[in-house]
Amino acid sequence: MGVEQKLGNMGIVTTTLEQAVNWSRTNSMWPMLFGLACCAIEMMSAQASNYDMSRFGMELMRASPRQSDLMIVAGRVSQKMAPVLRNLYDQMPDPKWVIAMGDCASCGGVFNNYAILQGVDEIVPVDVYVAGCPPRPEGLINGIITLHKKIQGESLKKWS
Amino acid sequence: MDDKLQPAIAAFKERLNAVDTEFRGQITLTVPAARIVEACHVLRDEYGFDMLIDETAVDYWPQAAPRFNLVYQLYSMKQNVMLTLRTALDGNAPHLRTIESIYPNANWHERELWDMFGITFDGHSDLRRILMPHDWEGFPQRKDYPLGYEEVQFSFDYKEIDLSKPRAKE
Repeated sequence: MGVEQKLGNMGIVTTTLEQAVNWSRTNSMWPMLFGLACCAIEMMSAQASNYDMSRFGMELMRASPRQSDLMIVAGRVSQKMAPVLRNLYDQMPDPKWVIAMGDCASCGGVFNNYAILQGVDEIVPVDVYVAGCPPRPEGLINGIITLHKKIQGESLKKWS
Repeated sequence: MDDKLQPAIAAFKERLNAVDTEFRGQITLTVPAARIVEACHVLRDEYGFDMLIDETAVDYWPQAAPRFNLVYQLYSMKQNVMLTLRTALDGNAPHLRTIESIYPNANWHERELWDMFGITFDGHSDLRRILMPHDWEGFPQRKDYPLGYEEVQFSFDYKEIDLSKPRAKE
């Protein structure tokens, strides 16, 4: 598929459009601020200097869904929050991805009761689940790398 | 028992036929439900209990006959003493006068009590749900309210439960 290495001194690399677009999407992701519980603390830590998520091209959390393409659901989602979360998800422009961070967002965790949604996948489609209660920053970063791999494998058909 | 509390308790026993109990230095006055507003008025104006720290309820179903107990936690800034007021409420749809006019912060506490226990406060200015969604049915903190859990998926029954689990469509 094309010439993917440097050709002499020409300074030209050829590749497929698919790969180029996926590469740019992977390395410039705008996560949305969606800290709901204790997982948010680990998410902040993953962004701060010790773990430094900006190494993976995401140095800013956006507070507005219209400026973001990745939703990290960090914490348990209550039945009252569920319609709000879905509304925010619908407001995000395509393409968009969702990471369910932690056990509560993935499957309800220890809160198996009337008040908590049993997994955020009941209301929005989830791309990556990160296990842990809460997951350490390394866990979240691993989830993001997993998502990057998934995006790099996306085909041209799916964009439309 | 704190000496500063003595006059208030003595007066209450006489005027409102309250019952006082002590547990590890914490005083609880049990007052008839009809006189709770009067009791709060007297405690605030005459004995300096100027702060309502908490207002909550306990459901004793099915052990005890007056099903609900309402608990008011009062604090006096000047004297640095605490006092608990308690009142028993009977029936499945209990009514009580609001104390919003005495302690304005009771507004939210009473909304929460309505939301969680279904205790109606007569004269409350804005009695609607505060924690649960507005169209919620039932009162979750009552002992006879179902927990409402979903069945947990294990490896041996993963597929059967997965069929009935709601999933989001893209």
